[in-house]
Amino acid sequence: MPQILVEALAKTYRVAERAPGLTGAMLGLVRRRWREVHALADVSFSLEAGELLAFIGPNGAGKSTTVKILSGILRPSSGRVEVDGLVPYEDRVRHVARIGVVFGQRSQLWWDLPVIDGFDLLADIYRVEPERYRRRRDELVAMLRLEPLLDQPVRQLSLGQRMRAEFAAALLHDPAILFLDEPTIGLDAPSKLAVRDFVRRLNREQGVTVLLTTHDMHDVEALAERVIVIGQGRLLTDGPFESLRASVLAERRLHIDFAGAAPELGIPGVTVRARSERSLELAFDPTKIPTPKLIADITARHAVDDIHVDEPAIEEVIARFYDLHDAGEA
Amino acid sequence: MNALALYGRYIITSLRAQAQYPTATLMLTAGHCAATSIEILCVFALFHRFGSVGGWSFGEAALFYALVNIMFSLADLLSRGFEVFGTDFVRTGAFDRVLLRPRAAALQLAGYEVRLSRLGRLIQASIVLVFATNLVPITWDARAVAIALWAVAGGIGLFMGIMVLQATLAFWTVDSLEIMNVLSYGGVQAAQYPLNIYAAWFRRVLTFGLPLACVAYYPVLAILRRPDPLGAPDWLLPLAPIAGFAFLALSFVVWRTGMARYASTGS
Repeated sequence: MPQILVEALAKTYRVAERAPGLTGAMLGLVRRRWREVHALADVSFSLEAGELLAFIGPNGAGKSTTVKILSGILRPSSGRVEVDGLVPYEDRVRHVARIGVVFGQRSQLWWDLPVIDGFDLLADIYRVEPERYRRRRDELVAMLRLEPLLDQPVRQLSLGQRMRAEFAAALLHDPAILFLDEPTIGLDAPSKLAVRDFVRRLNREQGVTVLLTTHDMHDVEALAERVIVIGQGRLLTDGPFESLRASVLAERRLHIDFAGAAPELGIPGVTVRARSERSLELAFDPTKIPTPKLIADITARHAVDDIHVDEPAIEEVIARFYDLHDAGEA
Repeated sequence: MNALALYGRYIITSLRAQAQYPTATLMLTAGHCAATSIEILCVFALFHRFGSVGGWSFGEAALFYALVNIMFSLADLLSRGFEVFGTDFVRTGAFDRVLLRPRAAALQLAGYEVRLSRLGRLIQASIVLVFATNLVPITWDARAVAIALWAVAGGIGLFMGIMVLQATLAFWTVDSLEIMNVLSYGGVQAAQYPLNIYAAWFRRVLTFGLPLACVAYYPVLAILRRPDPLGAPDWLLPLAPIAGFAFLALSFVVWRTGMARYASTGS
C-alpha cells in the first residue's frame, strides 16, 4: 500500500465572469455567468514512504491545486485521494497533524514574535509532548543553524533565514510527509543550497517522504530521483529525470576552441549552434554519431586548443518538453 | 493542550506581539476611549433637551449604554479574526495556513488578535456604568450583579455571532462587507436606547431577529426591578440573554456551510 495514493483526480472551478466597469459589477450582483475551468483533468500517481518526488509544470498547470487537495484544504470534484490511510479533505484535523507543509511565498510564523515563541506555540497547537518537543526542536535548530536567530522577531529575519525557520516550524511535530510548494523561490544561492541540502538529509537520513513543487530546475536536478510533469491539468510524464531528458532531447553539445580561425566543418548530422572567431558550439545525436568518433574526426583535421562535451541545460529540456506537449501557460 | 488552554496561549501571544509597540498601543487605546466617548455625549444631549425619553431618565439610559458597550467591546476584543476574515484571511490566502493546522478554524480565528486598544471602549463604558449607578441609583446586590454578568455574557455571544456571520459572508464575496457593520455598530446604537421608544416592527426585529433587546433591554428591566411597559412577564426578563447564545450557535451552523463551500472552491 503506497503512502500517498491519487487516482483520477479532477478539479473544476466555476469562475464568475463579470463585464468590466461599474455596470458590469452591478449586473454581476444580479445575474452571474459562470465559466468552468478544469484545473485538474485526470491525474493519478502514487508515492511510497521515503520517496522524494518533484512536481513541475508551467504556471497554471495544476501543481498548487494538487498540493492543496493533498494537504486537505481543497475537495476535488472527482477522484480518490488517500494519504497514510486518510482522505485529507474528509478528515482535515487528523490529517494535517501528520503532515508538514512549507509554502515559499507564505509564512507560518508570527511576524512580531521571536522565532522561539512561535515554535513554542506551534508545539501546543500540534499537541507535541514537552519532552519530545525539546528534543526535536534542538535537533532542527542544530541542523538548520538557527541558534543565533531564536530570539529575533520574525520580521527582522532575511528571507533565507526565515525559510530556515519555516522548515523547522513545519517539522516540529515530526511529520512523516512533507509538502513543499516552491521552497526556494526568491532565495539567494547559498540559501538555496542550504535548503536543498536540508531537504536531502531529511529524506535520506530521517526517511521523510517529500513532495516538492518548483520552477527551479536546479532543485529538481539536486533533489529528485522522480519527476512528475503536469500541464493543463494532466499528467504528462512520471519517472526519473534522465529518462525524461532522453525522450525529449537526446542531444549532446560539443564546445571546441580552435588554435586558428573556426573552420566550416560540414559534417552531416551535426549542427552549429553558435560560432565565434575561434570557437564553435555543435549539437549532435550521440546515438547516430558516437562522441569519440566525432572528436577524433575534428582533431584529425584541425588544430584544437580545448574541447568539452555537455548536455542541454535542464531548463532547456523542460521548455522543449512543454513545447512538445503544447503545455505552456494558457 | 485542550482548546481553552490553547485559546489562552493565543491571547497571551497576541498581547506579547502588541507589547513590542507599547507607545502605539497606549495611544490607540486612549484614542479609542476618546472617540467612543462622543456617543454618550450624544445620549446626554438628547436627554438634556427633552428631560426624559419614553419614560426613561438619563441615568437609566446610561445603564443601557454602559452594558451594551461593555458587551460589544469584549466581543470586539475576542473576535477580531472574524471581523477581518475576508480581507486578512480569504483574500490573502492566509486562511489556507489556518486550515493546515490541526485545530478548529474558528478557534484559531478567535485567538488571532486581541487588540488592547479595544479596551478603550470598555474603560469608557465602565466609567459610564459608575455614573449610571449614582444617578439612578442602582443597588448592586448579588442578584443584580448576576443578571448583569449573565446579560454581558449573552451580549458577547450575540455580537460574536454577528462577526461570525460577517466572516461567513466572506466565503461568498469579499466585497461589500460594510453592510454587516449595520448589524454590529448599528446594533450597538439601537440597543443603547430602551426598546419601548421604537416602532412595533422594529421592536420585533430586536427581540426575535437580531435579539439585542434580549441581552440589554430585558435584563436591565430586571436589574432595575421595573415591569416591562410592553407587557413581557417578569420571570422572562432575567432569562432573555440566553437568546445571545442561541444566536451564536446559529451563526456557527451557517459558518460550517461556508467552510464546506471554501473546501470546494478554494476562494
